[in-house]
Amino acid sequence: MKDKSIKVAERKALFIRSLVYLSAGITVFILFAIIVYILMKGIPHIKPEMFQLKYNSINLSLMPAMINTVVMTGLTLLFAIPAGVFTAIYLVEYAKKENFFVRMINVTTETLAGIPSIVYGLFGYLFFVTKLKFSYSLISGALTLAIMILPLIIRTSQEALMSVPDMYREGSFGLGAGKLRTVFRIVLPSAMPGILSGIILGIGRIVGETAALIYTAGTVAQYYDSFLTSGRTLAIHLYSLWVEGLQTDSSYATAVILLVAVMIINALATFVASRIKKGNKEE
Amino acid sequence: MKNLKENVMKVVFALTATLSIISVILICVFLFANAVPTIREIGISKFLLGKTWSPFSDIYGIFPMIIGSIYVTALATLFGVPIGLLTAIFMAKFCDKKLYKFLKPAVDLLAGIPSVVYGFFGLMVIVPLVRNIFSGQGQSLLAASLVLGIMILPTIISVSEAAIKAVPESYYEGSLALGATHEASVFRATLPAAKSGILAAIVLGIGRAIGETMAVIMVAGNQAMIPKKVTQGVRTLTANIVLEMGYAADLHRDALIATAAVLFVFILIINLSITLIKGKVVKE
Repeated sequence: MKDKSIKVAERKALFIRSLVYLSAGITVFILFAIIVYILMKGIPHIKPEMFQLKYNSINLSLMPAMINTVVMTGLTLLFAIPAGVFTAIYLVEYAKKENFFVRMINVTTETLAGIPSIVYGLFGYLFFVTKLKFSYSLISGALTLAIMILPLIIRTSQEALMSVPDMYREGSFGLGAGKLRTVFRIVLPSAMPGILSGIILGIGRIVGETAALIYTAGTVAQYYDSFLTSGRTLAIHLYSLWVEGLQTDSSYATAVILLVAVMIINALATFVASRIKKGNKEE
Repeated sequence: MKNLKENVMKVVFALTATLSIISVILICVFLFANAVPTIREIGISKFLLGKTWSPFSDIYGIFPMIIGSIYVTALATLFGVPIGLLTAIFMAKFCDKKLYKFLKPAVDLLAGIPSVVYGFFGLMVIVPLVRNIFSGQGQSLLAASLVLGIMILPTIISVSEAAIKAVPESYYEGSLALGATHEASVFRATLPAAKSGILAAIVLGIGRAIGETMAVIMVAGNQAMIPKKVTQGVRTLTANIVLEMGYAADLHRDALIATAAVLFVFILIINLSITLIKGKVVKE
């Protein structure tokens, strides 16, 4: 025999449980809807002529955009990785805790993380394109993106460095190694997987970015000539197709490639992250 | 010699660490050095409260865009927060390890999908849906908020999930021991203890929504007027900048930079409130 209040409580519980399950279901459904829709609609539209080396208004080739995306990613990382990792090394290994300088670095890093990409884009346009006269170019775009992903690289590297046990450092000092040697030979290698997963997430942001690039890297559809010329990345390519009066076929194909690229990048990040967890367990 | 190298590198690390500070200063200087004189020239109340945006007749009032950004963000939060929060609760308290191993990467993937792809999906799926159900042109406040509601899901889910998981298990167990159901224990004991973290998640989501650009311009219609219905087009602050920067010159261009400065101020306010909330979390 159940008493009434228990029955009411159970009914309430059932109601709440169904709401919770329903919401989780909706989230998963949305993700699948997006992936399935884009793949189903897009894959049939992928044609060999879209991969010709030169773009023209007939083939709407996305090859130049793909090459530009890879180069843009490399160039951005070239600026962002040393800057981010060195900042993290300073914060974790060298800085005295909580002085004014450290607090300023932390506050500004948080601020950078919250700035919308269009504001970065406008800043890049005003500073790199106009003031430094880099014009619409790969280099303007890469520098803008480097600032944009800087907080991500700093935060993940910082966490990775902090998770290295002090024992390692003490052991290295005990064997007579200097600070610098300890950082580069002992601490940095052990923190590598964590730093790497941050870098992979950064690559994901670079590949998907549009708003910060339109007015810095520009929208020229050809393969870049030099770092000082404009070249559109894949994400901008998709946007430009929309601006130029939606070329549906080509848009679908571009969306598929972007989506697949992001799925690979995410899988890689998850894989690296799982390796970190395993590594920690073994210790 | 060895000491010299050590010291040089120490200085190099410290100098690199100033890059964040320098970047923020540069961004502020370049935005506000252009924006402040412009707003002064147009007139602060004419700029912020002016209801007409008409570059061809040199009238620059961004009030419709401010309201547009607020509408879109508010509606997106309305869609995204309940679903996101309940999904987070599911992941933290209702699902087994196996399902979690699938859900976590799924949410991360949702966060990784580029905003142009969201915009394109919105344009091909959500806009026609809105058009068929409510008639009208489809590109609307409603379509933009739905797309943004989806886009802020991962932020809300992962931050509030972390907040829920940080609550000591003893709260939940204590409630169970008193005879409450699993559901009641989660909602009455665990959730209230995580409320600062959840609030931070919502504010972060708001920050993402208000700053989003590409997905919004593809589905919002972009008319520079205050919408009277959710099925009418709307233009956000972010859209205003992207749409016109390409051909703007002189005062028009400066007015767009000033628009970005207004957006930047919004974001700074949001960042500040997150910092305040986080400070509270630490105290708790």
